[in-house]
Amino acid sequence: MSTVTPTDTTATSGGAASWVDDRLHASGGLSKLLKKVFPDHWSFMLGEVALYSFIILLLSGTYLTLWFKPSMTEVIYNGSYMPLKGIKMSEAYASTLDISFDVRAGLLMRQIHHWAALFFLAAMSVHLMRVFFTGAFRKPREMNWVIGTVLLTLGILEGFAGYSLPDDLLSGTGLRIAQGIMQAIPLVGTYLAMFLFGGEFPGNDFISRLYSVHILLIPGILLALVTVHLIMVFYQKHTQFPGAGRTESNVVGFRLYPIYMAKAGGFFFIVFGVTTLISALVAINPIWLYGPYTPSQVTAGSQPDWYMGWLDGAVRIMPNWETNVLGHTISWNLLVPALVIPGIMFTSMGLYPWIEAWVSGDKREHNLLDRPRNAATRTSLGAMALSFYMMLWFSGDNDIIATAFHLSINQITLALRVLIFVVPPVVFIITKRICLGLQRKDRETLLHGYESGQVLRLPHGEFIEIHKPVSLEEKAVLMGKADIAPLPAPLAIDANGVANPKAKAGAIRTRMSAWFYADNVAAPTALELAEAEEHALHGASHGEISSH
Amino acid sequence: MNELTSNEPIGSKDGIDVVSGLPVYPLGHHEPRRADIDPRAAKRAERQVALMFAVSALSIVGAIIAYIKVPNTTLIYVPPFGPVNANHLSVGLLFGLGIFLIGTGAIHWAKKLMPDVEVSEERHTYTSSPEDKAAFGQVIREGKEASGFGEYKLIRRTLLGAMALFPLPLIVFLRDLGPMPGTKLRETIWEKDVALVTDATYRKIRPEDIPVGGLVNAVPANLLAVEEEEGNLNQRGKASIILVRIDPANIVSQQGEGWDYQGILAYSKICTHVGCPISLYQQRTHHLLCPCHQSTFDLSDSGNVVFGPAARRMPQLPITVDAEGYLVAQSDFHEPIGPSFWERG
Repeated sequence: MSTVTPTDTTATSGGAASWVDDRLHASGGLSKLLKKVFPDHWSFMLGEVALYSFIILLLSGTYLTLWFKPSMTEVIYNGSYMPLKGIKMSEAYASTLDISFDVRAGLLMRQIHHWAALFFLAAMSVHLMRVFFTGAFRKPREMNWVIGTVLLTLGILEGFAGYSLPDDLLSGTGLRIAQGIMQAIPLVGTYLAMFLFGGEFPGNDFISRLYSVHILLIPGILLALVTVHLIMVFYQKHTQFPGAGRTESNVVGFRLYPIYMAKAGGFFFIVFGVTTLISALVAINPIWLYGPYTPSQVTAGSQPDWYMGWLDGAVRIMPNWETNVLGHTISWNLLVPALVIPGIMFTSMGLYPWIEAWVSGDKREHNLLDRPRNAATRTSLGAMALSFYMMLWFSGDNDIIATAFHLSINQITLALRVLIFVVPPVVFIITKRICLGLQRKDRETLLHGYESGQVLRLPHGEFIEIHKPVSLEEKAVLMGKADIAPLPAPLAIDANGVANPKAKAGAIRTRMSAWFYADNVAAPTALELAEAEEHALHGASHGEISSH
Repeated sequence: MNELTSNEPIGSKDGIDVVSGLPVYPLGHHEPRRADIDPRAAKRAERQVALMFAVSALSIVGAIIAYIKVPNTTLIYVPPFGPVNANHLSVGLLFGLGIFLIGTGAIHWAKKLMPDVEVSEERHTYTSSPEDKAAFGQVIREGKEASGFGEYKLIRRTLLGAMALFPLPLIVFLRDLGPMPGTKLRETIWEKDVALVTDATYRKIRPEDIPVGGLVNAVPANLLAVEEEEGNLNQRGKASIILVRIDPANIVSQQGEGWDYQGILAYSKICTHVGCPISLYQQRTHHLLCPCHQSTFDLSDSGNVVFGPAARRMPQLPITVDAEGYLVAQSDFHEPIGPSFWERG
């Protein structure tokens, strides 16, 4: 018989930490996690806004499910909103009115939910731009880029599903359009629409079906993908901008614990607080003004939520092409704007990391970000894509523009049909010129210093501006320019005199690569920089100052 | 990875990034903040943070009190936002402020009082060592050999076949989501002698009720009974029409001989583009404009498309008057109303 004396293992560390470690062997991993370093930059908060908005959506959405009734059964409204008393409407619409007028804080939660959805999509979009324009999607982060693309797509669908649920006149019109587009799909469209709506539009089933998609199916996938997205950011470590002390192999910033717990945790409360304050003050989606849905009414100036605007715009400016082949109707006027264009946009977005890697032939890992100007062609492509998107978005506002500026809707529409092809290439060219100009200026600044603003009059009367060398921090940023050389032309015949079968494809790639990278203004080499510094020193000692 | 003792940043050698080959510059000199050197500044920052947390707590309590006390029926006028429900506004502002101040407090704390010296951490390369990669390949190969997946062709093929089939029932089981299309998209409840009634009040319409240039929204007289029976708004979505009266001298064409009644024309209200109900009628041009995507139809010329993304004309409903002088339909539409579909032809 032996007795065991209990020993106090909590003596060396905190009680709770020890308790957890005794069961999970977690101390090693957790201390690493808590000590993890994150780089600091304002643009890294954009993804955070998206994440926090998503959390706010889950919280406020759960609250709304307690009162919302996803049913299209007709009821007579008898709540406290007088203008609609006694009117026939669906239970979905009636319960949304109840949430807005009879449940205290119900309207607040509804508006928080709607505003957070708008912010969620906006933050995701701007976050996507940040990741694109800084090249954060490059190896090894391509997978997270694809997840992000899927998140954005699902976010748009989720938003559309959400604002379609109240069954008001505006949202019902949106569903009618969605149903019309479904019906246009060749071969299966009619069946698809019939099955999803449980028959003809609007039917009796769609709201409740959409509800389970909106509160279970899509959020479930979103939550899973957001989790993977974040784990990948943790695991691969965050990218950082070039600067003093930063290399491809380190992360310079602050530790998760306590700095980022306070900063990022605090930022969650700021996003939540601002969303709540806006929701307290600014009405969003006042469905009681629109009235209940009926398929025979519509309001002029109907507009979807902002993130659907581009899609609606594409449908608006598409010419009215339709063909009849062997007794079958193909509605190009819907297929092209609602399915083909979004398909091309999101597919090319998802594939972009591989497209650029193919053009550059670059197989290296990239943890240091590009400043947008330093990747001139990529930045210009991005700006071009954005201008295309903006043109679609304006198209979605063609009626608003027409009434606001007293212009002809027909002329605006015709102009946009042209501009959608003209503006993006122009934006590409202008952006590229601006980027290259900035590159040249950076090179100039490194070699000759920055313009100090001090103007000097020399004894013989000449005015000059004094140039001063940039600080070390600035220099570290400007010199962090990773130039990629255009690929060499492939050999038509290899060393053994055998014709290269890939020469033709290789030539295309070489041309693409030259188009992408040949214009770049090279950063000064170490030698040029040293010479310039030498010259500046030398010049200064002789009282000679560089000037323009 | 000794981050503090060496001045050379991790991943650089002799001032050059070992991965990218770019020059590397050492981290700059750190400027201390006021609160780092002045205890009074630190004390002040502490008080500021505490104040934010304290006001937050008060706001949150205030939000609960407002929820209980402030009436849910009073409206307050808040420029420039307009009238806002008092309960909603007070609860929202106090709750929002309470949440917001937790955030600002925490960030102010981090910025003023927590260390602001940047530290550096090593990043490990993502790719594994060649040995690890080879070992992993070995594991895969051994597993494949042990299972015989490559060897037993029959097993492999039947397995793939079974796996490809197993999700099919899940799709087939969706069949009862809705009925087959049948002729549903080609028919409405309009038929011979069904009276036209006004959309909102369901009153029968006499030709003299509609002046030249006028527009009336109408539905079939039996619509309410059908809706009662079917329990949905499907028929309204198909049978809704608009009636316009145009001086017969200005009618260029219509879809059938004698389909009007003394210049009164009945057209489907459902846009042939994606099915929005059309409501904007310009009396002078006889143009009908869809507010959703701006398709424009000329009602004096067979309802043909004059602008916009719609490809097909608006279907016309042949009408006449009955013995009592009320407007009635001659028949159903002669072509499917609403958006196109694959089988439409």
